Amino acid sequence: MPSLDDLKKRIKSVKSTQKITKAMKMVAAAKLKKAQENAEKGRPYSEKLQNIILNLTKSISDDTNAPKLLSGNGKDKVYLCVVITADRGLCGGFNSSICKLAKSHFKNILENGKELKIITVGSKGHDQIKTEYSKYIIDKKSFKEKKQISFKEANEIGKKIIELYENDQFDKCLIFYNNFKNVITQIPKAEQIIPTFIKKEEKFKDNLFSYEFEPDEDEILEDLLPKNVSVQILKAFLENAASEQGSRMTAMDNATRNAGDLVDKLTINYNRSRQASITKELIEIISGAESL
Amino acid sequence: MSEEFKIEIISPDKSVYSGQTNNAVLPCFEGQVTILKDHIPLITFLRPGLIEIGNNEKYYVEDGTVEFSENNLLILSSTVQSLQNIKTENINNMLKNAEKDLSDNQLTDKQKYILDYKIEVLKQINQ
Repeated sequence: MPSLDDLKKRIKSVKSTQKITKAMKMVAAAKLKKAQENAEKGRPYSEKLQNIILNLTKSISDDTNAPKLLSGNGKDKVYLCVVITADRGLCGGFNSSICKLAKSHFKNILENGKELKIITVGSKGHDQIKTEYSKYIIDKKSFKEKKQISFKEANEIGKKIIELYENDQFDKCLIFYNNFKNVITQIPKAEQIIPTFIKKEEKFKDNLFSYEFEPDEDEILEDLLPKNVSVQILKAFLENAASEQGSRMTAMDNATRNAGDLVDKLTINYNRSRQASITKELIEIISGAESL
Repeated sequence: MSEEFKIEIISPDKSVYSGQTNNAVLPCFEGQVTILKDHIPLITFLRPGLIEIGNNEKYYVEDGTVEFSENNLLILSSTVQSLQNIKTENINNMLKNAEKDLSDNQLTDKQKYILDYKIEVLKQINQ
């Protein structure tokens, strides 16, 4: 049985932990609002860009002449996986759920006899993946100092990926990130960005307008597709940022509640042992008086 | 009947401009294009230049994509800046960088073409 002093100390320490988690929750909530706004603001751009590309691809009837970024280079051997995670921990299952999904894909890729290359973005993901797959990691990026990830950073990564692609370093590129659904649910997602993935059913949807292209379809596509890669990465970043804060908020909310429960339990314990010691002292006094 | 159509300028971070206008002048890759209502559907991309919406709104862009369909003009650009907010020193910096880039001999014709326009437009803004 711990002494009264020990209990008192524990209650105090749990209470101060609770204060920290509560503060973190508040901070995450404030950041979440901003991140969510950013994610929503970023959506129209990527959606519209996809739409334009979709319209363009419809007008290209001959698939064999299409740019490599769109139709692929015909090979299916080397996979490049870009795993986007956070730079900070204490956000529940956020980082591990991305890594778990990524690892299951890695396993699949390797089991099918394909070659694997990994780029990690964010230090937490790198830490988790390097234990098993360190020899496949070709690059790691981290934007710890940056408060707000903008198009510039996404473009940097996008350009690097395209450069690798043009040098024939890989055939297919997947990105892993958490899609922000709402504060409680974030869904880890794997998305193919090279070759540009176009849903079959959308491709054959009736198109009412025939566009005028200036200069011509191929040239526009060549200009757009690299941009699309960067934009997809930016979208992943923004979704990830919102998910991270959401996930942290829920995790910290749980932690605060757990700490509260623990404080209650310890307080009851403390009161009980206080009473027990009083009763004990009383008994001692009474029995002492009786024996006189 | 109104002669206006809908125009939207979107950058990756946010929606920059959204509204109705009678006409818009775009610095398209192959020359300036003025869009009026009921223009035929068009997809093209931009070179450095100024987007003019109506008579008062002006935006500087370096690149971007334009789609016009069903009286919706959509401009996607990662480099769009409102001319009102742009600072003189920024323009000077950009101008310097562009001139430095142009002195590089290994540029392709297309890159040179774009840089030429960029310098011309920046000088024009500066006046």
